Amino acid sequence: MSDPMRIRAQAQGDKTTVRVLVSHEMESGQRKDAAGKTVPAWFIQNISATHNGKTVMSAQWGPAVSKNPFMQFSFNGAKAGDKVIVSWTDSKGDKRSDEAVVT
Amino acid sequence: MERRHFLATGSGAAALALATTAGLAPAHAQTAPGWNKAAFDSKSLAEAAKALGATGAPVESKDLILQAPEIAENGSVVRVGAQSNIAGTTQIALVVEKNPNALAALFDIPAGTDANVSTNLKMGQSSNVYALAKVGDKFFYAVKEVKVTLGGCGG
Repeated sequence: MSDPMRIRAQAQGDKTTVRVLVSHEMESGQRKDAAGKTVPAWFIQNISATHNGKTVMSAQWGPAVSKNPFMQFSFNGAKAGDKVIVSWTDSKGDKRSDEAVVT
Repeated sequence: MERRHFLATGSGAAALALATTAGLAPAHAQTAPGWNKAAFDSKSLAEAAKALGATGAPVESKDLILQAPEIAENGSVVRVGAQSNIAGTTQIALVVEKNPNALAALFDIPAGTDANVSTNLKMGQSSNVYALAKVGDKFFYAVKEVKVTLGGCGG
């Protein structure tokens, strides 16, 4: 299992800005190892965020997203104390879900 | 008996075919989990737009703002953001023209979420970076050239 995500959700007025830092290799499938063999691709394909059961962001990523990916977005309707849950699934079928409290 | 069996399978197959055809259109518009392989296999902006359901070529728009550095020292981490001021933007895609696969990331924007996202991308070499926004069934783009001093895709 991978390391937890670092999620920060800050409310300002009606708008909440969410910053997510995921811990993931995001192997592109283009890189070669020391022996000259191509390292197989391994990357997050789907990532989504929910607030009160409502999806506020869903994204599909390709291998071109950087290692230890960062994502920022903002949405309306959350207030301090609410929870934002971010989940991802990678190309090996691994999953992880973490939550953060809106501040 | 045999004929009856044939008839049953025949109509079953027809029903199945119908269901698939009917199912195709909504599946396309769905924001449900799934990974659009065709889109991520695309090699250019036009191909990516087509894979996302565009019927015509995307149009350049001043209301779509692409934030990207002019010079990226390290191609493995390039901060790219896109903000769409076009009302009704439902999807934002980030496309790096000269990467092995052009489409880098695709964001679905539900109602209530700002059409403003940013993320870090890898860039193999200097290239045009596009933000592609889907508004209704129309596609708009913004472009910026990013020069990369050090590639980020192996090598």
